[in-house]
Amino acid sequence: MRLTLQHVTKVVDGQTHLYGIDLDLEPGSFSVLLGPTQSGKTSLLRLMAGLDRPTSGAVLEDGRDVSALGVRKRDVAMVYQEFVNYPSFTVYENIAAPLRRARRLGGHEVDRRVRAAAEMMHIERLLGRLPAELSGGQQQRVALARALVKQAPLLLLDEPLVNLDYKLREELRSELRQIFSRGETTVVYATTEPAEGLVFGGKTGVLDAGRLLQYGPGLEVYHNPGTLRVSQVFSDPPINLMRAGIGAEGCRLSPSVAFPLAEHMRRLPPGDYRVGLRANQIDVAGRPDSAVLRAMVELAEINGSETYVHARHGDFTLIAQLEGVREFTLGEAVSLHFDPNRLFVFDGAGRLAAAPARATNGAERR
Amino acid sequence: MQKISDNRAWLLVLPVFLLVALNAFIPLMTVVNYSVQDVFDSTHRAFVGADWYREMLHSDRLQNALLRQFVFSGLVLLIELPLGVVIALLMPKKEGWAASLTMVLIALPLLIPWNVIGTIWVVFLRPDIGLLGHFIDHTLGIRFDYPTVPIQAWISVMLMEVWHWTPLVALLAYAGLRAIPDAYYQAARIDGASGWAVFRHIQLPKMRGVLTIAVLLRFMDSFLIYTEPFVLTGGGPGDSTTFLSIYLVKIAVGQFDVGRAGAFSIIYFLIVLAFSYVFYQALQRVGTGDAR
Amino acid sequence: MARIELRGIAHSYKPRAAAPEDYALQHSDLVWEDGGAYALLGPSGSGKTTLLNIISGLLRPSAGRVLLDGRDVTDLTTAQRNIAQVFQFPVVYDTMTVFDNLAFPLRNRGIREAEVRARVHKVAELLELDRDLRRRASGLAADAKQKISLGRGLVRSDVAAILFDEPLTVIDPHVKWTLRLKLKQIHKEYKLTLIYVTHDQAEALTFADRVMVLCDGRVLQVGSPTDLFERPAHTFVGHFIGSPGMNLMPCQLETGGVRVDGHSIGVPSAVLEKARSARGALVLGIRPEFVRCLTQPASGAVPAEITAVEDLGNFKIATARLGAQLVRAKLGENASIAAGQGWLAFPPEWARLYADGRALA
Repeated sequence: MRLTLQHVTKVVDGQTHLYGIDLDLEPGSFSVLLGPTQSGKTSLLRLMAGLDRPTSGAVLEDGRDVSALGVRKRDVAMVYQEFVNYPSFTVYENIAAPLRRARRLGGHEVDRRVRAAAEMMHIERLLGRLPAELSGGQQQRVALARALVKQAPLLLLDEPLVNLDYKLREELRSELRQIFSRGETTVVYATTEPAEGLVFGGKTGVLDAGRLLQYGPGLEVYHNPGTLRVSQVFSDPPINLMRAGIGAEGCRLSPSVAFPLAEHMRRLPPGDYRVGLRANQIDVAGRPDSAVLRAMVELAEINGSETYVHARHGDFTLIAQLEGVREFTLGEAVSLHFDPNRLFVFDGAGRLAAAPARATNGAERR
Repeated sequence: MQKISDNRAWLLVLPVFLLVALNAFIPLMTVVNYSVQDVFDSTHRAFVGADWYREMLHSDRLQNALLRQFVFSGLVLLIELPLGVVIALLMPKKEGWAASLTMVLIALPLLIPWNVIGTIWVVFLRPDIGLLGHFIDHTLGIRFDYPTVPIQAWISVMLMEVWHWTPLVALLAYAGLRAIPDAYYQAARIDGASGWAVFRHIQLPKMRGVLTIAVLLRFMDSFLIYTEPFVLTGGGPGDSTTFLSIYLVKIAVGQFDVGRAGAFSIIYFLIVLAFSYVFYQALQRVGTGDAR
Repeated sequence: MARIELRGIAHSYKPRAAAPEDYALQHSDLVWEDGGAYALLGPSGSGKTTLLNIISGLLRPSAGRVLLDGRDVTDLTTAQRNIAQVFQFPVVYDTMTVFDNLAFPLRNRGIREAEVRARVHKVAELLELDRDLRRRASGLAADAKQKISLGRGLVRSDVAAILFDEPLTVIDPHVKWTLRLKLKQIHKEYKLTLIYVTHDQAEALTFADRVMVLCDGRVLQVGSPTDLFERPAHTFVGHFIGSPGMNLMPCQLETGGVRVDGHSIGVPSAVLEKARSARGALVLGIRPEFVRCLTQPASGAVPAEITAVEDLGNFKIATARLGAQLVRAKLGENASIAAGQGWLAFPPEWARLYADGRALA
């Protein structure tokens, strides 16, 4: 189903939760809504489902205005972050529940679909149990199976994995990715994790404080954030942002850090800008054309495969992601190297002025 | 949350509407009709306009009854709320047969028909054969005769009322207490908080919602009270326990003074309506405040 | 400052525990050295919260003794144990201001008001709450509330250890970085023993100097993040740590190496010796970070079909099919591997062998 939101606004008790959202979701597409807590993700999902009515604007399904249509009239499935299952139904009955309501399907067909959905979520062995007897991950699988069995044209997921263990989250993520890649279902997945904006390989919409900042293919948005705020939201570790002065002589970040303009910065008019540098673009080993920044180590975090260094330069702290295990002493002075070609440049209003050129390679993306 | 309305649902409600109209609206209009007339009998009536209203509002007896009613409802809240909370604190905290049994025992007074409650206490308080009456009169040596001593009548009515309705407050408070997550108690233990500090800073604030409901329910119910005090004291001795609804019935049924009673009814109705509105607003604010 | 020791500790939530499955925490002896930053890492139900609550005194163990600095505190209440705990959901006293929240543990212990003021201000400054001291605690964001919970532990002069029960669960990903930095600074300044329970391996490894991995009530391995990463003692540890986890492939012994689904892979000879005498199913483990993905054949590399390459912004994950096995490799941002025929190299120094789940050598 093609889901379109036309300038949708939501005001509750004088507070605006959503400011004029315009969104067009293609049939069968997978869209991630990425944003911090309280950014409006849940409000938006509720409007898409029909649980709430927009204060102004329209919600269109396949061109038809459904803004006034209640959720019972719409064909939508939803999965929540709290594992929501009917406590007195067995797993089988839970999954069958939406089909029973339709009443148009024969018992044999219901059984077939329930078992197919259970198999997709790997819970065939649990069909006779009650939700209270299941672990958190299993309960959420039941909720997912119930959403899938409906074969609704629209599927909404509100941070479904956030209450699960880290490893379980990883497993379910790859399973979900597989399930949705074949789909004819339009899927919308809300999350606060930037990694999930990329792992599903679909489109990503960045939400912040009730506004949709950018929407497009995940990697597009990641490599070409339209504004400073988008680059902040869509980064983990947080992107390093610094003030920069750009002029004919080059780019200056601080009294001690200046370097010639990179290729993508040459067309920019001189002035004050903000530059963004991702943590993994910083290294302690230099190369001939890299710029260098001397900083003081505040903290080094080792997670086994990478080392995260928090270092202070002047009045801002940088986070660098280094490969492998490196030892640092606190207070140690360290030279951080980076390639100016990897800098994002944002103008005074926060808009993207220049983005690093993407390395073209033969890699296939899903 | 705004619910999108489904208009067909109104059709289902229509029969109920008609029934309510028949049973409530029409009698109400009848009462209004009576309140503006002076009725001697079915053939002799006179339209008197707002006379009855003016008389009732200036009536001493009405004002006394109103005052008595406020004192009564105030005392009810003052006693039942703290008592109910204390009982809730003493009830078993863990789920299990002990908790369920306690809840059933505490709820028993709520299940008894109200006139039976009145009758139970009539017998209970008799100085000759009543357990409590006999105890007070013979063992404590106090001359106990509540039908004739106003202060004893008040205490008797209060005792009966507290016995009857505190369980409701206790159950509501208990539900509120059970909803508090364990982590709060654990944190308090770590912080070295005393039992009183735990009550003041964790339990009481978290019970705000249910206690507001308890206040609303008990105030409104006690403001309309009729059966129990009527059975126990009949409104006596004299006027001392004549609360608003008892007074109203005295005029309407006892004296068959329908004009006066009609006006009084409407005034009573409007007072209750005003309080309901105020409490409804308070409840709405509590509801949104706690929703997180 | 406290050395925490659990001697002969075991715990069951069932009144009459018989079989090992009844125990949430299996019999063990555990030690946390004074001033260390530890993480207890494991999936739900592994016993980590049980362990934490036994240390803090919120739970009385079915068996064993709890010792703080050599002193047996098993019978002491939580308040008497000089321990503070921060919970998963921010616990603040709603009716009080931030100042009163922080002062609460001190006032309960009868500390003089002047001293209370001094300590509260010091801690508030450290946690960057000093501007919010006069505000009602209930109106603040989740991370501020967690800071208040942490602050209530720090104000006490007698606090020897701070225990954290998944404290960053409700915090946004970005704010987690700043809070972790704060925790490390506090660790440096106060030199307390910190024990951090989590199911998030990234959090555990970045926070702790030493990590304890738990599974089914048993501690499988204790070591530095690097140890756990490079030399997992158990297949579970290999799987649980690292994102994605270690590639685990059943294999058979042969001369000079092991055989995985018909392909020969070299393994250091010292390990091979141990493998010959070991009993149980043999599994080859190698982390995706060390698997090399090649577009041309090379000596020692095995042919495999690369079924997918996921671009995750900072890095790429290639999934390859080696016979019936799926092998994942972690590649750099600019790696130019495409789906199709490829070759996988498993550097022997990173290949680990496991018999019956346990590491050899």
